[in-house]
Amino acid sequence: MGATISSHTQGTSVSEHGKGKLEFTPQNEVLLNDIVKQVESLVSSHPREAEAILKEPFKWHSTLKPDSFGELNFGSLGYQMTHSDVKSQAKSPNGEHLLSMDKDGEDFIMKVWTFEQISNVLKAAGEGKCLEAQACLEENQDPMVNVMGAAYASVSSSDRRLLKAHEDLSKARADSSENLEEMETRFSLLLLISDMDQQLLVSSHNTIAKKVRLNPSAVQADYELLKSFAGEEGKCLEYIEWTLDHQFSNGCHAPPWQQVHGDISYLDVKPFDTDKLTITANTAGYFLNKGLTQEGQVNFERDGDVYPTLVALLKAKSPQFASAIDKKEFAYYGSSEVKQDKSDRIDESLKEDDAYGSAGEEAADGVEAKNQQNAATKTKASKATQKKKATKGGKSLESSPRWKNINIEFGADLVGEDDKKDQQKDKSTSDKKPPSRHSKSREAGKTTRVSVRSQMKGDIEEDFSESSSESEEEEESQDRRQESNADLPSEYWQIQKLVKYLKSGNQTATIIALCAMRDFNLQQETCQLAIRDVGGLEVLINLLETDEIKCKIGSLKILREISRNSLIRKAIADLGGLQTMVKLLLGYNEELKCLAAETIAHVAKFRRARRTVRQYGGIRKLVSLLDCGTLVNASDLEADVARCGALALWSCSKSTKNKQAIRKAGGIPLLARLLKSSNEAMLIPVVGTLQECASEASYRLAIRTEGMIEDLVRNLKSENQELQMHCASAIFKCAEDDDTRDLVRKYGGLDPLVSLSFNVENKELLAAATGAIWKCSISRENVTRFQELKAIEQLVSLLNEQPEEVLINVVGALGECAQIPANRTTIRKAGGIPSLVNLLTSTNQALLVNVTNAVGACATEPDNMVIIDRLDGVRLLWSLLKSNNPKVQSSAAWAICPCIENAKDAGEMVRSFVGGLELIVSLLKSSDREVLASVCAAIANIAKDEENLAVITDHGVVPMLAKLATTTDDRLRQYLAESIARCCTWGNNRVSFGQAGAVPPLVNYLKSKNPDVHRATARALHQLSRDPDNCISMHNSGVVKNLLAMVGSSDEVLQEAAAGCLGNIRKLALANEKARYN
Amino acid sequence: MASITARRNQEKIAESLYKDTHFAKQEVISLLEMYETLTKVKNDKMDRTKFRDILYNNFGLTEDILMDRVFRVFDEDNDGILNMKEWVVGLSKFLKGTKQEQMDYCFKVFDINGSGYISREGIHHMLKDCMVKSSTEEDAEENVKELVEIAMKKMDTDRDGRVSQTDFKAAVTLDGLLLEVFGKCLPGKEEVDKFSQKLSCN
Repeated sequence: MGATISSHTQGTSVSEHGKGKLEFTPQNEVLLNDIVKQVESLVSSHPREAEAILKEPFKWHSTLKPDSFGELNFGSLGYQMTHSDVKSQAKSPNGEHLLSMDKDGEDFIMKVWTFEQISNVLKAAGEGKCLEAQACLEENQDPMVNVMGAAYASVSSSDRRLLKAHEDLSKARADSSENLEEMETRFSLLLLISDMDQQLLVSSHNTIAKKVRLNPSAVQADYELLKSFAGEEGKCLEYIEWTLDHQFSNGCHAPPWQQVHGDISYLDVKPFDTDKLTITANTAGYFLNKGLTQEGQVNFERDGDVYPTLVALLKAKSPQFASAIDKKEFAYYGSSEVKQDKSDRIDESLKEDDAYGSAGEEAADGVEAKNQQNAATKTKASKATQKKKATKGGKSLESSPRWKNINIEFGADLVGEDDKKDQQKDKSTSDKKPPSRHSKSREAGKTTRVSVRSQMKGDIEEDFSESSSESEEEEESQDRRQESNADLPSEYWQIQKLVKYLKSGNQTATIIALCAMRDFNLQQETCQLAIRDVGGLEVLINLLETDEIKCKIGSLKILREISRNSLIRKAIADLGGLQTMVKLLLGYNEELKCLAAETIAHVAKFRRARRTVRQYGGIRKLVSLLDCGTLVNASDLEADVARCGALALWSCSKSTKNKQAIRKAGGIPLLARLLKSSNEAMLIPVVGTLQECASEASYRLAIRTEGMIEDLVRNLKSENQELQMHCASAIFKCAEDDDTRDLVRKYGGLDPLVSLSFNVENKELLAAATGAIWKCSISRENVTRFQELKAIEQLVSLLNEQPEEVLINVVGALGECAQIPANRTTIRKAGGIPSLVNLLTSTNQALLVNVTNAVGACATEPDNMVIIDRLDGVRLLWSLLKSNNPKVQSSAAWAICPCIENAKDAGEMVRSFVGGLELIVSLLKSSDREVLASVCAAIANIAKDEENLAVITDHGVVPMLAKLATTTDDRLRQYLAESIARCCTWGNNRVSFGQAGAVPPLVNYLKSKNPDVHRATARALHQLSRDPDNCISMHNSGVVKNLLAMVGSSDEVLQEAAAGCLGNIRKLALANEKARYN
Repeated sequence: MASITARRNQEKIAESLYKDTHFAKQEVISLLEMYETLTKVKNDKMDRTKFRDILYNNFGLTEDILMDRVFRVFDEDNDGILNMKEWVVGLSKFLKGTKQEQMDYCFKVFDINGSGYISREGIHHMLKDCMVKSSTEEDAEENVKELVEIAMKKMDTDRDGRVSQTDFKAAVTLDGLLLEVFGKCLPGKEEVDKFSQKLSCN
């Protein structure tokens, strides 16, 4: 239990409050309840163990008063009560009272020796059970110590308490020691607790695992929790609402295009003391967004920090909320209580009212209200309560190593202070409380509370599910209302009449009605929705299942038009229209096939529809439509069928599984054949499909091997911009591959691409063309051609005032081109450097990766570096190291390397970045290999400056580098070895590397196959070998044989370093021998 | 001897006819044989009743009014009986007619009183049984009237209150579905295939 609680709370309460208290979260509440139940069941199921006397008593500041024990005073449970203390009659063999409660200032201190007594305390606490459990756990961080004695304290997770206990027990048995029986009982108690802990751990692990990233149900839960508090006078919140009411089927409230960014929902929250907050619930956490703009649109941009929970965010924003929420109690919902219906609840609360006055009222107002009022009356309940509750449950049963650690971390002082405060609070509270309340109202209160709570929970859930399902209906009914309230267009009534004929007429009437319906403007939304609203869609879809071809054709002609509307698409899918249309694809009537395929193309614009098409075998059928023999011989009708098939596949190809299905159905060769067509209407869907599918490696390969690149390039020269755009973006996606890039050049594709990049009007086309240029420029030969075509100047001119999609590609292309020295100059002369540096302040991650890459490439030219330096580009690069995207971090670090190499007075520049060196050293903790490699490379450059090397040494660079030495990644090895070589030159760093155990793994690098690794490693070893101890450990790791081989290398640097290292080893050996013989 | 003469006779007729039809010579011979067989039993004439049976059994036409009209169109000389030539030529358009022929044929079928125009009353006559699921008779009557208006609106392109052959062709050219706008008077593709198969088998 302890383990469970602490692992969860570490991330929350700990980081937020800095005190070892439990936070008020639904999960802790559940946990506490579980713990209480476990303790109670322990007593009943294992009485012997429960009576075992503990090594140390549990001691805590109780919220109870002596009177509370009045009702327990029967039978063996006798308690002697006075005003200031309670003593159990039962005593331990040492004469200690098993339970005692003493006045300590304002508070009572509870001291308990057995689990049986703990359970009695819980009984006495009644509805305050959680509170007690929390208090107990908070003050007894490691219950195992209480049970078994201090020897069993878990200091590190590697401690094996059970094992130790068992060994002790066996020893005792062997010695037949006197207190054997006691030890046996205690041991089984220990086992029980361990068992309990494990159960709790498993169950909370499951919940926590779900919480690692925020998900819709977690947001929902947070929302419900706070919703239940909202509206109470002057307490937590005025209100909390969804900004967007509509709930999508996946539980999110954010529109799908925002869900892509990880947004789950948006909340409007109004605390009492601040303005309305608009909050985004993202998978990364909660943060404020910029709220509604004047146009009534939500501006989703992040504004401020990300918080792990909604409560944390609100606490930070609203002091009043923070204080109010801290007063909340965990409510106890037990197992045995029967849920009562509302009337019972009211009755009871009324009774309570009579009997206990204000106290009863609290109960009547429902849990939350009660909690709050309790909080108000008993001031103590606040923070102390939460923490105590959670703590108590966990602790009394057992502690976890982490729990304990928390204590250590936070320091006794803090905790102590808290305790004192709590005690004071406790006292004042208890004074105010009606003395008999606990004992008498216990039963009633408990049940009431339980029922209220469960009921309330139920209500909330019910309300919610209703509202969510309603919201969709609402949309429709809103449409409808609009129709019936606003002056309904005359079309509405006419369409209604026609649908009537469709429904009740014979074939002749149906056809007349269908033809008449097409006279309406079916592009117009009023007509589309009118058809849906009068039930026309059902009829139209039913007609597709009849045998009458004319009816089917007439119906499909209408469906094809109206399915351009997204609402209609959904409705068609809901009515099972896709299944029917998929069947029609196999008919013998070509016209019917065309229409069905075209309609599918329209409907399959959303994911569910695409899945349906696949599941009903539609992909295979659509692919078979593509087969119209050789294009030259195909009739117009056949070609049209193929075109419609391609249209439908284009829509379907937006989902990955469909891409695979198309491939498996043999679609690729058919598409390749159709690509030879000269008909634009045919080419657009074909290229569109290919372009969409080219995100899959298998397609890229097929596009190359089936010779489609040539056709794509040919169509780049088409007149049709849409076709050009699809061709360019197909090339963009395919040109990841070397051979493809060469083919593009071979077929003369680079020229049209460059000329397309002059088309600044059509942004989509521009983005696709520049994307293709980017990918093609990865091949050097292509860059040469681009140089000839003056593409670089054109790209630089595109750096300004283009949308991000274009910029990413343009900058990517420049970055690739700048790998060739001549182009760096070209970029500078074209004035590209300032624009590039300027883009370093962008927020788009993909753009940042490319920009840093391009700036890094440009910085290898000293003349460029002067400009970058003047514009403070290095500082911008450096600040990108703080990005939370590893790709940005690594490419920024790579870019920093040439900057340091080429900047004048680089050392001074680096030092001028406040905190910069510390930042880069701290990146060595990253888990991303590319980041590590890039940072190592940067550190190798930084370390060239002695002063900086001293600073990074102070920041602990040596042990961090040494820790990375065990890596097996060659790329990281190379740069790591380089940075170690550089860092060795300061102080006694080379000794420190040796002590940190970096030498043997480094020696191992020599077995790598990569010559770059060898060179860097040899240099590092050479540096390290100046320390005799390192020489010894190198020798022991068998370095000599490898180095000897490397002395013969043709690489001079490697030769020299290897030889130098061997020399050092040899010198040591000689000196040794000399010493021995002298 | 008689049968040989008959066969020769048939071939002669077939020879003279098949060029005016969409049939091959052999198909015409099969059609003529079919005609012989049908007329041999009971009486010797291919009259209205017999023809309607054929339309119903082979081509799935169901509406009495239209079937009568089809007979009239086939029966070019208006003698109430189809002779061999009328049978072959009529079926040629009926089964294999071009778009143009089909439009002519359909217009003739729908022109109930042979006035060269399809009148509003004529349409009403043809559509009167269209509403199969109307609740009451009055309701049905009302619906039919409205349907006639809708049909008129579609077909009467020159808005003179009647559908001329030009109107009809214009409307059908615009939307092929309107060819059989007032009721089924042509066989479906399946029935045509079946019948053609029968012909080639003989």
